[in-house]
Amino acid sequence: MIYLQLFLAFAQIGLFSFGGGYAAVPLIQSQIVEIHHWMEMDQFADLITIAEMTPGPIAINCATFVGQQVAGVPGEILCTLGYVAPPFLVALFLIRLYMKYRNLRVVQGMITGLRPAIVAMIASAALSLLVLAVFDSSLAQLQITDFHAVEAVIFVVSLVLLRKFKVHPIAVIFGSGLVGTAVYLLI
Amino acid sequence: MHKEENGKDIDKKELQQLTKVQIYFELFKQIFVLSACTFGGGFVIIGMIRKVFVDKLHWITEDEILDLTVIAQSTPGPLGVNMAVITGYRICGVPGALVCALAASLPPMLIISVISVFYNQFKDNRIIALLLQVMRAGVAAVIVDVVIDLTEKVIKTKKVLWMTLMVAAFIALVVFKVNIIWLIMICGAVGLVNSLTAGKEAVK
Repeated sequence: MIYLQLFLAFAQIGLFSFGGGYAAVPLIQSQIVEIHHWMEMDQFADLITIAEMTPGPIAINCATFVGQQVAGVPGEILCTLGYVAPPFLVALFLIRLYMKYRNLRVVQGMITGLRPAIVAMIASAALSLLVLAVFDSSLAQLQITDFHAVEAVIFVVSLVLLRKFKVHPIAVIFGSGLVGTAVYLLI
Repeated sequence: MHKEENGKDIDKKELQQLTKVQIYFELFKQIFVLSACTFGGGFVIIGMIRKVFVDKLHWITEDEILDLTVIAQSTPGPLGVNMAVITGYRICGVPGALVCALAASLPPMLIISVISVFYNQFKDNRIIALLLQVMRAGVAAVIVDVVIDLTEKVIKTKKVLWMTLMVAAFIALVVFKVNIIWLIMICGAVGLVNSLTAGKEAVK
């Protein structure tokens, strides 16, 4: 019974979280802390911290962690499946529509208008990430005194490596982590 | 030796020349690695998918990846996984979508499974905290690199409308914190009106 509850809780989270990882956080909180009491609030805060520190979608991290704490490995799999399955079906439905109708003029017009918007969205995500990396704060609370020179230098060098020397992104990410950690430990 | 040859060839080979199994394997491998390394949210994985499937493998065109991004954005749930699913479907249908969903979900599951066992040690480890903090600078560089490419692409259309729309959308998001759903609807409407009023020439 607990398995079904876990699955349904995360299916709801998956189906109603529009707009990326952070949009899912309040939904997850309401399901696992307030409705089902699977976790205390301070545990939940720790969970969000860990999810932020590790790769992958924040809600999959939460689903796996909650499932594992409540019902072991089967719980883990069911929670993640519950979370991923409904969006999977919606995504399939939309991509099929796109493949079928993308040559219609009306649809093409719409898509052409959306492209600059998508570039802007990625750019705004890039800006928040850059501010977080270099100032260790959000854009709204930005203070010049928080400037981290090490991260700024790593950012510039990484960008040059990517653009001029076409180094693989994953090599750049791990390289920056290793070099930066070494620099911080030495100074 | 045989394996090495294969590995080098696969980048250049056209999609049609590969067997289904080779395509599934390549999809799984690429998405698994990307998912294991995407610190910083869904837009990073979109940038990475673009790098791999457009620049390196040439399996998807630049324009199409932006369309796929729109679809992933319009789907509820995890942006990175949705993007992987849609890319998989585009390349080889429902099986491709399934392979990509699995490849995108497994790495975070495995990592969290391990962490949930060593929860306290992980949380308080200074080196790990430091590593994750500085790694953000590299992640930011990867995304900015993608943004530069995409912006150049919009500028190359030489259409004032699209450049204005891009800048306006950016300001709307960053300064006015406009909801993404609204932005998608408004920009879609602008494109629609433009294609209807400007005649056939507006749409390539």
